[in-house]
Amino acid sequence: MTLGPQPDNAMLPHRVVMSARHMPGYAYGVRSPIWWGTVGFAVAEGMGFAIAAAMYLYLVFVNGNWPLSAPPPDLLWSGLFSVVLIASIWPNQLAKRDGEREDLAKTRRNLVIMSLFGVALLVIRVFEFGTLHVRWDQNAYGSVVWLLLGLHTLHLLTDLGDTIVLTVLMFTRHGHGKRFSDVGDNAFYWYFVVASWLPIYTILYWLPRWW
Amino acid sequence: MTRAITPDDLDAVPEISRLATGERGGLPGVRSEADAPVSPDELRDDQVDGPELTARLAKTWGTDKGIIGALSTVDHKVIGRRFIATAILFLFLGGLSAVLMRLQLALPENRLMGPDFYNQLFTMHGITMMFLFGVPIGEAFAVYLVPLMVGTRNIAFPRLNAYAYYVYLFGGLMVWLAFILNIGPDVGWFAYVPLSGPEFSPGKRADFWAQMITFTEVSGIAVAISVIVTVFKFRAPGMTLDRIPLFVWAELVNSFVIIFALPAVVTASATLMMDRLVGTHFYNAAEGGDALLYQHLFWFFGHPEVYIIFLPATGWVSAIVVTFSRRQAFGYIALVLSLIATGFLSFGLWVHHMFTTGLPQLGASFFTASSMLIAIPNGIQIFCWIATLWDGRPVFRAPLLFVMGFFFIFVAGGLSGIMLASVPLDTQVHDTFFVVAHFHYVLIGGNVFPLIGAVYYWFPKFTGRMMSERLGKWHFWLAFIGFNATFFPMHILGLMGMPRRVYTYLPEMGWGHLNLFASLGASLFFASFVLFLYNIVSSARRGPVAGPNPWDAGTLEWAAASPPRPQNFDRIPVVTNREPLWANRDSLPVVAGLSVENREQLVTTVTDGRADLRETTPEPSIWPFLAAIATAILFVGSMFTPWALVWGSVPLALALMGWFWPKPNTEDEK
Repeated sequence: MTLGPQPDNAMLPHRVVMSARHMPGYAYGVRSPIWWGTVGFAVAEGMGFAIAAAMYLYLVFVNGNWPLSAPPPDLLWSGLFSVVLIASIWPNQLAKRDGEREDLAKTRRNLVIMSLFGVALLVIRVFEFGTLHVRWDQNAYGSVVWLLLGLHTLHLLTDLGDTIVLTVLMFTRHGHGKRFSDVGDNAFYWYFVVASWLPIYTILYWLPRWW
Repeated sequence: MTRAITPDDLDAVPEISRLATGERGGLPGVRSEADAPVSPDELRDDQVDGPELTARLAKTWGTDKGIIGALSTVDHKVIGRRFIATAILFLFLGGLSAVLMRLQLALPENRLMGPDFYNQLFTMHGITMMFLFGVPIGEAFAVYLVPLMVGTRNIAFPRLNAYAYYVYLFGGLMVWLAFILNIGPDVGWFAYVPLSGPEFSPGKRADFWAQMITFTEVSGIAVAISVIVTVFKFRAPGMTLDRIPLFVWAELVNSFVIIFALPAVVTASATLMMDRLVGTHFYNAAEGGDALLYQHLFWFFGHPEVYIIFLPATGWVSAIVVTFSRRQAFGYIALVLSLIATGFLSFGLWVHHMFTTGLPQLGASFFTASSMLIAIPNGIQIFCWIATLWDGRPVFRAPLLFVMGFFFIFVAGGLSGIMLASVPLDTQVHDTFFVVAHFHYVLIGGNVFPLIGAVYYWFPKFTGRMMSERLGKWHFWLAFIGFNATFFPMHILGLMGMPRRVYTYLPEMGWGHLNLFASLGASLFFASFVLFLYNIVSSARRGPVAGPNPWDAGTLEWAAASPPRPQNFDRIPVVTNREPLWANRDSLPVVAGLSVENREQLVTTVTDGRADLRETTPEPSIWPFLAAIATAILFVGSMFTPWALVWGSVPLALALMGWFWPKPNTEDEK
């Protein structure tokens, strides 16, 4: 068998067997590549949450007594945060649905509501940080509490930023077509922010009380 | 122009309808813009043909000239080429640091360098090889080759991909700059606490290690997601799951391992930096922290890391073995399942790096068993390759020679790995040169030899010219002999008790002769790389012109020109066979109807590979480069003050907005 250069650089001739002319220009959910990218980032970041939570449980296990020389964090602001966060599922679902219907007016309204939810949650979160009863540099318990809450806040912030940019975008002349698919993906990411909070909330606020 | 497909064209999918979904883009009852008819003014590839089509597409998909154009490019081949060249540059830098270590260890009580420099040297060697070469080289090949092999025009999320390259580049430059300034990390490639903690490593050396991790891991995860989505959504129509090339399968599984493993080391390095900078106590035993927690986090990443380095290499081996055996892979399904099994099992053995830390006996037994278990899928792969060669008509060219070297060296490393899986033996040789010998057999055998084979194999595709076969044979034998002469004596040195990470030793220990032998071997191995570099440079300038498919290979990248045009393919191929070019020797079945004036790609379904959408892909943009600079400012700043996370996020946020804001001239804004 002789393998080697083909200096004539001849390309294979084409034989057309199908046409893409009538295929749609974009679609929603699993049909859209961006949706898969969002899932990919949610998985990687979810893994980050899982590892931070595992650190927390590991430290509980090696220390035995928990929390270390501090009372458990308060339930008021964290409870309010959780309630508001869960309530945000409803407008988020609307945002996704109206986006898929390509209804511009409703999408604008929903995105404004979601941005306001994000801002409100961020304000509550600031108060939540104030009622932890422990600083990050007090002991390993304080460090890991701030790590988990900080990590979740980072996600809250990035999704809020994303939502605000998208909201502004939908009020400009760019608000049509494929952008409606982006609205759906933004809503999907918000679900991730909500879903990741519930185990973190349980670990941070209830595990120290049950331990 | 479109004609129906005949049964001869397809081996398993006889009907055209199975190649396309034919579904609308919008939801039922919604008048969606997605389903608007194409503009009659826009030129499509069923209206032009031949050189005119090639030239017009090259203009649409091309990279602009000038420095701004070069930094704005989103062409996966341009970024992939830079990625490969940068990773190989780091391979050479890591190799040079190894040569310096071998010079120091050649003689007992050598005074070439002191312990401080030696500590920096072995740390730089380790992190360069693992983080700046080992992980990126596999991803770099994926960036260049996966879109070509699945038959599409660009990688998914090309701007993210460009951003990932610059972030990786800046991270590597940062840590090497620190080394040149004598503030390079000196705490080993894993930077164990408490050594790397605030108490025992004051100064910024350990922070450079930690931040280099952040740079490379952000980059690694971003590329992994791009590769996964490319494989899932941009495969050519007809490329069902069981027609995906084995190389692409390997890169796909590798990307999943990256996504699940890398967050662990980012968490480890971030918490280490917090301990050092803002006084947290994750690893401070006096305040309830735990040093072993760090080791768990590190090795939960660190063991899969070995497979992140190895899995792409299995893809190179599969591609080379198939082409040079002149037959399809024996046991394709077994090979794919082995890849997936290896990916899963790689997460179940991290504790075997911690056998001497005092584990419960049940834990030790479990991790011994799982360490031995992973030999099974790897063994299956080796046997499948041997069977492919056995039943084929192997052509022993340079790429296949390096694969032969891989078989020999990797299997030897695997055998010493089975030995190390046993706790008593591991306890005895822990932290000795036996371990050094083992993992160099596994990593150089399992990654570097296949890599060199892959460079010889795909060089004609990358550059359009062939590498010198004669120099390739010299190169192989020099590398093979040099490698074994360097690393085989280290098994014996380890059994004689020589510990790792010592900058010198006394003559009375009796280690001098073997060390001198290993150092001489290292000079041979080094010479082989000089020859490699010479072969690359001289062949790139004067090698014979290759043509599109000099190896008469079967996968789609060989249907593109060498080097490929910016658009990769003038029309998107339709896949009817696992080795499409062997099945279609006279003409290529293709899809027509995509835009010639705008960057349109065909989106297909995940499992069946049925054509679904014609979606636009991003135009070139300078913003990913600017975002990478903003990221670098934020990361480097946060080594010195936590407030960098606050002020550093402002330019980053602005750059990201610039990145995502639609440009008025793109097609979906018209």
